[in-house]
Amino acid sequence: MSHVIMDLVEKTSLKENPPEFEIGDTVDVHLKILEGNKERIQVFTGVVIARSGSGSREMFSVRRIVAGEGVERKFPFHSPRIEKVEVKRSGVVRRAKLYFLRDRVGKAVRLKERRRS
Amino acid sequence: MTQVYLEDGRAVPVTVIQAGPCHVLQVRSEDRDGYQAVQLGFEDKPRRLASRSERGHVAKLDSKRSKKRAATGIELVAKAGCEPQRFVREFRGETDLEVGAAVTVEQFAGIGRVDVTGTSKGRGFSGVMKRHNFSGQRATHGVKKVHRHAGGTGCSASPGRLFKGIRMAGQYGNAKTTSRNLELVRVDAENNLLLVRGAVPGPNGGFVTISETNKVG
Repeated sequence: MSHVIMDLVEKTSLKENPPEFEIGDTVDVHLKILEGNKERIQVFTGVVIARSGSGSREMFSVRRIVAGEGVERKFPFHSPRIEKVEVKRSGVVRRAKLYFLRDRVGKAVRLKERRRS
Repeated sequence: MTQVYLEDGRAVPVTVIQAGPCHVLQVRSEDRDGYQAVQLGFEDKPRRLASRSERGHVAKLDSKRSKKRAATGIELVAKAGCEPQRFVREFRGETDLEVGAAVTVEQFAGIGRVDVTGTSKGRGFSGVMKRHNFSGQRATHGVKKVHRHAGGTGCSASPGRLFKGIRMAGQYGNAKTTSRNLELVRVDAENNLLLVRGAVPGPNGGFVTISETNKVG
């Protein structure tokens, strides 16, 4: 009985049209940012290396290289502050967590592109 | 517990509490009982599991005594006329509710903060580190077999005894606990749910009582 109630509550926090992307995709994450009273959009571009959690608590990690330094950012999947997630490029990957990318530098970071059929 | 997003995008950790519908089983009054209170029951219990007194508490039962009393013209007390209730608690104070009325979460409309009382999770006989957040002793430097013990508990020949109230190992948890001043994030009147920010005492599926907070300011 109790998980029925929990589902009811979680459903209110889920996105109606959840963004569609896969592990290994290069994405643009469009974030709403409040500066004073003005709202503007900030874009974070990188490779999706992991998804974790379930339901309204689901998160995804995006990794990019900034000035030679690896930067990872973890976003809540269902957060209303994430306006949209655009897929720029899809990569061929064989696992769900791409933590091996952390040990790679330079050209080795690239993933082979997956052609959509 | 789970997590919901507010309109401004903030994520809030919440505990979901089903708070109704509750039945008013009894109304205590000054002249009859010596104090004012309202007795609420929550969650139906199958009749086959309820004792005869539990069944008789919520509905009229046919008994020799009740027939005799009715015959002599004594008025029987009002009953709620509902199924036997699993969780019955009294709330002190004046009330305009009557026996048989239903109490729902709409009572909490406009209330910002609540106190939640329940029975905390039992942890059994626990040591001082878990029970009182003592630091224990060192891992090395000559400490033998007392790494999780308390240090000293008192003085020596004077006073020659322990003072009362020294914190020691013992039963921890499974006691009445109140979490005060919790923020009421949402009231879901449709499903009779309350969303309270943070944790409340007790296990998942446990019973709690909720009231408007008595904390000032």
